[in-house]
Amino acid sequence: MKGLEVLATGPLTTVQDLGRPGWAALGVGRSGAADRDSLRLVNRLLGNPEATAALEATLGGLVLRAVGDLVVAVTGAVGPVTVGGRDAPLNTVLHLDDGAELEVGTPVAGLRSYVGVRGGLDVAPVLGSRSTDVLSGLGPPRPAVADVLPVGLAPAHFPVVDAAPVVPPSNGDLMLRVALGPRDDWFTEDAINALLGTAYAVSPDSNRVGMRLTGASLSRRRADELPSEGVVSGALQVPPSGQPVLFLADHPVTGGYPVVAVVLEDDIDRAAQARPGTEVRFGIPGVPRRERGRP
Amino acid sequence: MRVLACGDAALLVELDGLEPVLALYAALRDVPPEGVTDLVPAARTLLVRIDRSVTDLGTMRRALGELPPGAGRQAEGELVQVQVVYDGPDLQEVARLTGRTAAEVVAAHTRLEWTVAFAGFAPGFGYLVPNGPWPEVARRTDPRTRVPAGSVGLAGPYSGVYPQESPGGWQLIGRTEARLWDLGADPPALLRPGVRVRFLEGG
Repeated sequence: MKGLEVLATGPLTTVQDLGRPGWAALGVGRSGAADRDSLRLVNRLLGNPEATAALEATLGGLVLRAVGDLVVAVTGAVGPVTVGGRDAPLNTVLHLDDGAELEVGTPVAGLRSYVGVRGGLDVAPVLGSRSTDVLSGLGPPRPAVADVLPVGLAPAHFPVVDAAPVVPPSNGDLMLRVALGPRDDWFTEDAINALLGTAYAVSPDSNRVGMRLTGASLSRRRADELPSEGVVSGALQVPPSGQPVLFLADHPVTGGYPVVAVVLEDDIDRAAQARPGTEVRFGIPGVPRRERGRP
Repeated sequence: MRVLACGDAALLVELDGLEPVLALYAALRDVPPEGVTDLVPAARTLLVRIDRSVTDLGTMRRALGELPPGAGRQAEGELVQVQVVYDGPDLQEVARLTGRTAAEVVAAHTRLEWTVAFAGFAPGFGYLVPNGPWPEVARRTDPRTRVPAGSVGLAGPYSGVYPQESPGGWQLIGRTEARLWDLGADPPALLRPGVRVRFLEGG
């Protein structure tokens, strides 16, 4: 049987597909690729269905060896990729002969790389998904050195593109579109002005659950406790510290702190590629920013 | 019913309390409008997540507005019985906090009928509310790093059972052998929103 042998995992490598929607009422989050568009792209390149499971590597460091001849591709973060020690392009179909090594190095821009294989990773699904949810622990175990991840049967049709033009992640300032609410009325006008007019830095204390942001403190106009309520990925939840947390793929299904605004769904993938230290600004589509200079 | 936008792919419906939340949840779960991907009931809200390739928030707002009044209200949840050994490490502390004896705490816990209001914290962890007077119980000031699966706990107005071993800050009053979370079962959770629960004392 074909497979991918794991020789090194880097800081964090997990198996991800498009997650397990439909279970939130039981306390199970959607999970899935943090950058969903990069996962869809890697599968389109390979002729796989878009939701096929692939590897998500955080800050590179991933080394794999082909068991059998394989067709693979790497999308997401921009960084060095080698096949058998030779430089290989991103966003392109790559051929691995039996025994060949694929190395995904530390990215120079962006955070998360997606390594897909034609036929997909055929690890056992949990509640209909092969995604590992790092918050609840649901899903396949994290790949470890010496694991051989089974590769499924190649689909009947062949890839229609062999290279895809993409807008690569950049290390520059990030502008994310938001919609205010559902609890913007819990915050002072100053807080809303700060959210929409100043920059926040991505904290190193960030993961697939959420991205911590540091910047102007968002103060509340009411002190009472919010009964826990359902939250979504992209939500900017504000704990008592006043420093917002941007929820990503493995966020809890409910939260007890007010959500001041939610990043629009099409911008969440770019947020998930932001490295620690990146400056993030938030804006409402069609509304000029209330720029107040850097804090 | 007040409907708040939650980004561009979800609505947060505010309701007057748990009963209307569970009624709306049951109605939408049983006959979901096209494009609903997830429903998250909570104490006073129901979150409705949509697939934007199928529908949009305007359409979903209209679908919510067109629900017949009282939709799902008659639905009474399944009743499950949970056998509990009331020997939890915090039972005496709960008795002290509530000005009762341990036996009185157990008697009240088993006499009341509980309803799963919503899930959260961990897969299969239900927040249960009683059908009669029950004292609020403060969480432990010092959360445990390891709470065994099957531990029956109290926090705030809620009771709950830890489906799997995890850290936790609830006051533990007992334990059960019941399987709260079973990936081989359909559905995998025993305590789902709307399910009614009776705790029975015994091993």
